[in-house]
Amino acid sequence: MTLFLTALVTGIGLGAMYGLIALGFQITYSVCSRVNFAQGSMVMLGAVMGFVLTERAGLPVIVAYPLALLFCAFMGVVVEFCLVRPFAKRGSEAWLMATVAGGILLDNTVLFTFGNEPRSLPSPLVETSWQILGTGVYPQQLLIPLVAIGFAVALQLLFRRTRQGRALLAVVQNPEAARLMGINTQLMISGSFALSALLAGAAGLLIAPLFSVHSDMGTLFGIKAFAVAILGGMTSASGVMLAGFIYGLVEAFVTTFLGSSHTYILTFGLLIAVLAVKPNGLFGKAALRKV
Amino acid sequence: MPNRFPLSRRLLLAGAAALSLGAVLPAHAQEDPIKIGLVAALSGQSAKSGEAITRGITLALNKINGEGGVLGRPLELVSRDDESNPGKGLIAARELVQREGVAAMIGGLDTPVSLAIVPFVNDAQMPFIGPWAAGTPITQNGAEENYVFRVSAVDEYVDEAITEYLVTKYGSQKPGMILINNPWGESNEKGLMKALEKRGMEHAGIEKFESNDVDVVPQLTRLRENGADGLFLVANVAPSAQVVKSLDRMGWDVPIASHWGPAGGRFTELAGPSGEKVHFIQTFLFTDPEEPFFKDLQAEFPEIENLADVTPATGIANAYDATLLLAAAIEKAGSTDGPAIRQAMYEISGVEGVIKTYDMPFTPDDQDALGPEDYIFANFVDGEIVPLAD
Repeated sequence: MTLFLTALVTGIGLGAMYGLIALGFQITYSVCSRVNFAQGSMVMLGAVMGFVLTERAGLPVIVAYPLALLFCAFMGVVVEFCLVRPFAKRGSEAWLMATVAGGILLDNTVLFTFGNEPRSLPSPLVETSWQILGTGVYPQQLLIPLVAIGFAVALQLLFRRTRQGRALLAVVQNPEAARLMGINTQLMISGSFALSALLAGAAGLLIAPLFSVHSDMGTLFGIKAFAVAILGGMTSASGVMLAGFIYGLVEAFVTTFLGSSHTYILTFGLLIAVLAVKPNGLFGKAALRKV
Repeated sequence: MPNRFPLSRRLLLAGAAALSLGAVLPAHAQEDPIKIGLVAALSGQSAKSGEAITRGITLALNKINGEGGVLGRPLELVSRDDESNPGKGLIAARELVQREGVAAMIGGLDTPVSLAIVPFVNDAQMPFIGPWAAGTPITQNGAEENYVFRVSAVDEYVDEAITEYLVTKYGSQKPGMILINNPWGESNEKGLMKALEKRGMEHAGIEKFESNDVDVVPQLTRLRENGADGLFLVANVAPSAQVVKSLDRMGWDVPIASHWGPAGGRFTELAGPSGEKVHFIQTFLFTDPEEPFFKDLQAEFPEIENLADVTPATGIANAYDATLLLAAAIEKAGSTDGPAIRQAMYEISGVEGVIKTYDMPFTPDDQDALGPEDYIFANFVDGEIVPLAD
């Protein structure tokens, strides 16, 4: 029973983190069929900026965290402008490698400027844990799924209910026609990268108190989140979020009941198996190709 | 049409170089320094370790050269960066031997780098002394003529020491292992199994975790459910902190005996106050800012303001003592010939280091100068490493 509960708590906590980061992939993919592979570095950037602005510059959290998020959004725009747009214009797929390279560049820049020592971002929500039936949970761990689900619902509403959201969807369906209808497609694409990086930054700020702040803290998260986004089918926010929870739970249950040496082999093996059966992910729709 | 300008510029440069060489040479001709090579991580994640080793060697060289050098010649340090990369370390070692003509070499923090260099130095008959990397097979490398020595902790001895610590201090009968998933964790798994078998003890499980794992609760819960009454921890600072945070979350208060990983950084900042519960080994500790060795360090490196700036002190002290032992061996050998220095390493005695006074520290069967009896158990208190009272 304790083991089961432990796996459940850990799985939901991790799953929410993966889902939140994976939402960033979903947003840009929905709008322009491209993603920012430096997403893991954006997670790191959110945490590092949060640390620098609060601990070094001494700003209060309420000012510092929004600033950190704005900076992440700005970096998202920069990534789109410098690493995606020039290649996309020429119909080249090199943006894929360019964003990977951008992430490595960013990680190393932070390594040199921020330093190589892991630091800690304090939060009142990890000071005491609540004990439930032999396992414990930090309030911070409960906050992450709440924020993540909140974002997923908000995104769903944004796309379906608002004028801007519809404009985004129009860009997805037919960029040319959307432009003719007076929608600024380029702005929409930039905006989606900004929003995507902002989400990653928020994930970084939320995860950091449970983890430590260092230059390569986002790398593994970025990879797992991409796996989650693919698993969720890339196009639906709620699907991606659900895939995040599934992935986190599988990881936690494998570790708890079979041992840590099996975790990666089984989770990634399972991922390949699922994609073999459902190539568009668990919740994705097959893309229609009109001839 | 080829541009001829670069050629003439090259000629000019060559001419200038030849001139300056001619001008500089006579000044050096009298007492050629004996070169000591260093291959360590001077950049990247582990750059702090290379800095600590360099500081230790520098202090030792100042002392030796201040007393007239070795064989009437000054000692000189020639450093190369291995970037924690075994391939680069090996190339650097080759270059130091073949181009710089060093008399002996000192190694760095990374066990894989040292392991890559070991076959080469044994082949080249080049004395090599390790001040940090703790991997057991570095010195126990099976070579007939072993040129590799060490003044540092050794995984196998550390595992023996932390097992003894858990058993005698906490009466642990069924400890569990939580180890980082890399060759270092692997090496200690073997050592810990050996130490447990020696005592006829069983373990509560061997759990591995990744250096970027956020949540280690599942692994720890498995150990707790299997009845672990103590934990062996082997990991660097940040992953060790994740273990402590996970223990906190579970509300599991269990004795932890650890390798020296937590000593490498701001452990209690990362792990929170419970970090103080982790007891780990060290070979040397600064306890008093008035210590002469610490004063010497500050005089040479004014950027060191307090004891927290030299965390961990282990690397500095090990490198300092290793350099003194090397100098003593060269003096005893009466030459800078590799085999002669190696032979002399087995004969030196009365060398006063900061860790201890070394009397016959090496034998062909045991090329490690420090053993379990030299280890100190310590923990963090208010961000500083302090020895644990017995």
